[in-house]
Amino acid sequence: MGIEKNLANLGIVTTCLDKVLNWSRKNSLWPMTFGLACCALEMMVTVSARHDIARFGAEVYRGSPRQADLLIVPGTLTKKMLPMVLRLYEQMPEPKWVIAYGNCACTGGVFRTYNVVQGIDQYIPVDVYMAGCPPKPESLLTAIMMLRDKIDKESLKNRG
Amino acid sequence: MNRQEIIDRIQGKVSSLIAGTSQGIDYPVVYVNKEHLIEFMKFLKEDEELSFDLISDVTAVDYPDRNPRFDVVYHIFSIKNGQRIRVKVPVGDGEGVESVTSVWRGAEWLEREVYDMFGITFYNHPDLRRILMEEDFKYYPLRKDFPLEGIEE
Ligand code: SF4
Repeated sequence: MGIEKNLANLGIVTTCLDKVLNWSRKNSLWPMTFGLACCALEMMVTVSARHDIARFGAEVYRGSPRQADLLIVPGTLTKKMLPMVLRLYEQMPEPKWVIAYGNCACTGGVFRTYNVVQGIDQYIPVDVYMAGCPPKPESLLTAIMMLRDKIDKESLKNRG
Repeated sequence: MNRQEIIDRIQGKVSSLIAGTSQGIDYPVVYVNKEHLIEFMKFLKEDEELSFDLISDVTAVDYPDRNPRFDVVYHIFSIKNGQRIRVKVPVGDGEGVESVTSVWRGAEWLEREVYDMFGITFYNHPDLRRILMEEDFKYYPLRKDFPLEGIEE
């Protein structure tokens, strides 16, 4: 086909900016090294050789929120811990995504008590919710894939 | 030293400081009034035979219908004898007891927890702040009348 064939010969591909950005973003999700309770152990297992989250480009757990774009909230969030989590979230640069890992992070789980936050989504926007107590590592892989699909549909118009 | 010997030793030496003793289901229990608490605790630690030198827990029990309402409970361990003892001090609502940090420095955080959960004050404590709940939390969650799901603000 006319002009496109010539461009290909020159080593040039035409596409739209959204596609390229989303493609790179979804293949290099960098989660933050961060754990709250029992669920965090299952999250760590997901990085191991057996489950190998690296297949989805999400194995680079960063020690600093300023280098991360995925906040996985794994476990029971107490009210005392909440200000620290919010501070970490606010330190992450845009674009950023959040996975609520496990019943506790989604709804407070079994802890319907005075000292546990009844769902992290009361304070920060959550992209993917994972049920389970704790969810298996496979669930995290599913969540990562759902998040990838979601990122694929995003547009620069809506998110910087 | 067995349980009975511990109780005999305490009764023989400081019977004027204690309000009662019992064998307890696991280890000896001594009831003390709060006026004599520090004096009695010093004796427990410094007595050569008893030598209760490690404070392993400080907690409290809430009896809502009783007056005084709370018991502050100290669990103390003797490394020398391998024995434990439990000391109970009755405290009323809104009152406090003398801090035992002057005897065992390790009681500091244990007493902070009792203060946080029951609202019992410890006089002369070096740093009496809440330890588990947020600092602006207004209630004392381990009191029997505190609802499990908390109080809506
Ligand atoms: S959901 Fe279950 S496993 Fe996860 S943090 Fe809560 S209690 Fe622990």
